[in-house]
Amino acid sequence: MHELSLCEDLLDQVKAIAETHHAEKVVSITVRIGPLSGVEPLLLDSAFSMACVGTVAELAELILENQPVRVVCNQCAIESEASANNLLCRSCGGFDTRLLSGDELILARVELEGVD
Amino acid sequence: MCNTCGCNVTAGNRHLIFTPPKPKATNTAVSVLSNLLKHNNEQAERNRATFDAQGVLVINLMSSPGSGKTALLEATIRNLKHKLKMAVIEGDLETENDADRIRAQGVPAYQITTGTACHLDAHLIEGALPQLDLAAIDLLFIENVGNLVCPASFDLGHHRNVTLLSVTEGDDKPAKYPVMFRAADLMLISKTDLLPHLDDFSLEKAEHCQRALASQIPVLPLSSRSGDGLNAWLDWLQQEVSDHKLRVQQQQTIKPRVQQDGQNLHLNAAEVHFRPVTLA
Repeated sequence: MHELSLCEDLLDQVKAIAETHHAEKVVSITVRIGPLSGVEPLLLDSAFSMACVGTVAELAELILENQPVRVVCNQCAIESEASANNLLCRSCGGFDTRLLSGDELILARVELEGVD
Repeated sequence: MCNTCGCNVTAGNRHLIFTPPKPKATNTAVSVLSNLLKHNNEQAERNRATFDAQGVLVINLMSSPGSGKTALLEATIRNLKHKLKMAVIEGDLETENDADRIRAQGVPAYQITTGTACHLDAHLIEGALPQLDLAAIDLLFIENVGNLVCPASFDLGHHRNVTLLSVTEGDDKPAKYPVMFRAADLMLISKTDLLPHLDDFSLEKAEHCQRALASQIPVLPLSSRSGDGLNAWLDWLQQEVSDHKLRVQQQQTIKPRVQQDGQNLHLNAAEVHFRPVTLA
């Protein structure tokens, strides 16, 4: 339920990037998002459509790249697909694993127009 | 993981950083790898530095509403007030009730009422800091808003996350709310005095669901009302306080388990990664 405040943070960063590059408008914003980030992509999308009004990113497309949940086992060193509530090693079943992806909440790319 | 040798460049983000520049055109794509919670996280670091300067250990208590966070704090204060100097920041949508309960135990408490916000963030904690005499305490509890979703995503500048699961809530909560329970540094199963009245809560299953999140943290069952299991929690707390004092003396600190592993593999200290890439 904090997607709107996240959008404000996102837009602050996008505005700063647009200013740095003297852009007239922002064409697209790419965000990488994993299931373990605690942020719901659909809610982020609808919050963005409200938060972007009146900003340099008003007409920007928000591209959400969903990231898979992947873990690597510290015991058998095997990488495997996992799910948000089952992060065990698919090979040995152990819980001594480390997350490789799935908790991202990252502004990855901004496409700008009118750069000199 | 460091910012100098490039070992933070992974197969997943290499193309963002080393995309070869193409001839200029009117559209430009800027590649960034920056955390959306950047503003919060920067404030959290400043909060943590403030706490560390005074050697205060800060514990963030998170759980559903009504799982016994305030009752746990009351029992903790009763047992430790002659050994540790404590203070509490309370987060609720409305009322001063919880802060009043803490003050009744003779410990300073500051209530943050969030209005409609479902979690505390680092800026709200910054606002509370002038109300607290950090030099006079060893241990600060932040009782977060009762919510198993949003509080897990926000670093407040604290050192440890403690997540409560009361036995009346059901033993599969870690499977239902993985983001929250994965962030825990310690899990407390509260209200165990009610277990004889419940035929559908298994301590083993609750721990099993927690382990399925690749979590190796301690899981401590306790009852604030009867005092059963309380000593293990009090021992953990006292150990953490003394560990932290040593850590701070060596100019070191710790962060809670909020959003670390995969995120950090793909992330670096923000703006340094900007590289303009022009599209054909």
